[in-house]
Amino acid sequence: MTDRPATIVRDPAKLALPPNLGDWAQARQQFRWSDVRHELFGSAGGHGNIASLALDRHLAAGRGRRTALRCVAEDGTVRDVSYAELASRANRFANLLGALGVGAGTRVFMLTGRRPELYESVLGSFKAQCVVSVLFTAFGPEPLRTRLEIGEAEVLVTSASLYRRKIAPIRAALPKLKHVLLLDADSATKAASQDPVTHNYELLMTAASQEFTTLPTAAELPALLHFTSGTTGTPKGALHVHDAALMHFATGRYALDLHDQDIFWCTADPGWVTGMSYGVIAPLLHGVTLIVDAGDFEAERWYRILDEQQVSVWYTAPTALRLLMKAGRELADRFRRPSLRLIASVGEPLNAEAVWWGVDVLGQPILDNWWQTETGGIVVANTPSQPIKPGSMGRPLPGIEACVVEHEADGQIKVLQGPDVSGELALQRGWPSMFRTYLGQSERYDKCFVGELYLSGDLVRRDADGYYWFLGRSDDVIKTSGHLVGPFEIERVLMEHPAVIEAAVVGLPDPIAGESIKGFVTLRAGEDADDSLRSQLIAHARRRLGPSLAPRDIAFVESLPHTRSGKIMRRLLRSRELGLPEGDTSALEIAR
Amino acid sequence: MTQTKPELLKTIVDALATIAPEVSDFDLDPDVPLREQIELDSMDHLHFLVALHQRLGVDIPESEYAGMRRLTDLVEYIAARSQANNPS
Repeated sequence: MTDRPATIVRDPAKLALPPNLGDWAQARQQFRWSDVRHELFGSAGGHGNIASLALDRHLAAGRGRRTALRCVAEDGTVRDVSYAELASRANRFANLLGALGVGAGTRVFMLTGRRPELYESVLGSFKAQCVVSVLFTAFGPEPLRTRLEIGEAEVLVTSASLYRRKIAPIRAALPKLKHVLLLDADSATKAASQDPVTHNYELLMTAASQEFTTLPTAAELPALLHFTSGTTGTPKGALHVHDAALMHFATGRYALDLHDQDIFWCTADPGWVTGMSYGVIAPLLHGVTLIVDAGDFEAERWYRILDEQQVSVWYTAPTALRLLMKAGRELADRFRRPSLRLIASVGEPLNAEAVWWGVDVLGQPILDNWWQTETGGIVVANTPSQPIKPGSMGRPLPGIEACVVEHEADGQIKVLQGPDVSGELALQRGWPSMFRTYLGQSERYDKCFVGELYLSGDLVRRDADGYYWFLGRSDDVIKTSGHLVGPFEIERVLMEHPAVIEAAVVGLPDPIAGESIKGFVTLRAGEDADDSLRSQLIAHARRRLGPSLAPRDIAFVESLPHTRSGKIMRRLLRSRELGLPEGDTSALEIAR
Repeated sequence: MTQTKPELLKTIVDALATIAPEVSDFDLDPDVPLREQIELDSMDHLHFLVALHQRLGVDIPESEYAGMRRLTDLVEYIAARSQANNPS
């Protein structure tokens, strides 16, 4: 890497299309959220329901025949859904909810693969003013139960197969669930058909009218519930409102540089915030064509989609990019990408090597950006027309005020000035997609703010040019394969195993996944700390949590380090594992 | 020494069990696509390829692996490669 320059500067005149963000400083200075509101709402009859803005606005402008979704099935067959079709299906779903007596504010959950029904039910729920939460299908029953419980789900859209495998085992724990709308109900299993709240999705859709008038929707009406993780306690349900559409629209313009004719592919599943903000909402607000791939990651499959679907803007994640790097240049060279003009990445820091691999193999640098479930949209980004610093997350977008803070002994914070500072990344509150609460946990929400600043929990360095560089987390959450994972949710499941007394999990550096989850457990007397038990524990965790949350490795230890107040010192475990200095251990409990 | 196909299948399932030990819950059908029987994420697939390489010395390119949906496909691929390497 030593022969590579620290900055990549591209001539905006040589980009395939004129960039939406020309001069960064000027755009920031001139930017007003009220202008975005006027631009979006002016043509939407004055109210800002996300689905009206994403669908009806285009129909009113005579753009209903455009392709909204280009759905690639697992077998590679392609089905297009126009904006008009998607709007009429969303209308049917909104009417279906009404017919079931489901009112505004009700929490509607989805647990399905990436298929048209997922998108139409999400948008139909927005129209009906319900609160949407999409669950990741690779979760095991335990994380699903926790999220359905915390979210007080009343309606669930799922498939017969997912119901049988993931919902039936936890059904008894969900008394508030009033309606299960079953896809592929012809193959409904006995377990599903015996559940008295089960309905056949397609039958109800057929019976519902395709006309629906969305009621005026207040900007602050809750629209979305996304779950995220902290170090301790249960997952947190971050609530977002319809006004978030302003942010999705503005960042689609500036960070993803969406233009009218783009074919856009966001590879994230809508069960994660990226897959909702940018895999559903932002591209539809811009009226572009969105690629929906039902399949999972496979290097060749992805190159084929980029080629055959003529993707022009691609938003993906570091783990996937590193897997593509590993698959080799020869595979990449077997496919064409003449239309591809922008590649962006999010989920965990993108290493400089990956940015340069983009230059060498894909013909362009990959633009890293940074945001969180709580921010609801991209806030710091490398953009196509600005100098790109490989390894950096970029600079704050128009409409965003970011700073670096340090915590003082009295609980106050100090904003750090200067050309090169390190500390916690904080954001001036007030951007439209800022989360409005953690559902049922307002005290945890309040702790995220000091005065007018939202504290991100991410430690960063801001260099002399104003670029931000990720340094690490200020807490113990793990970033693995682009997912933010809370250790406690995993530890709790490990401790359910009869052999385990106590468990701690940490993220260890992994060349592909960013971090890989490792568990440390203490065992009950008489248990043999052997490979057989290790396999049993990993199997137990994978059954309960699914592959993405389960530890890849487990170590048996005599004791776990605790603070004097009894908290597990995960960071110390991590340092020991990596052979790093143990840092300040003054709070460490002496003997145990 | 070249393994018979049933032996190869057992070796492959053993390798898979090091990544996803819950396979012991299932009576895996080698003729049914693996992903319809057990949940594996992209990191699992990567680790599985590494484990197969360690146990069988066969390097399966990612592009070939993507086409091998069933355990039977893996057995056939590895058996063919082993024969090519051991013509006797």
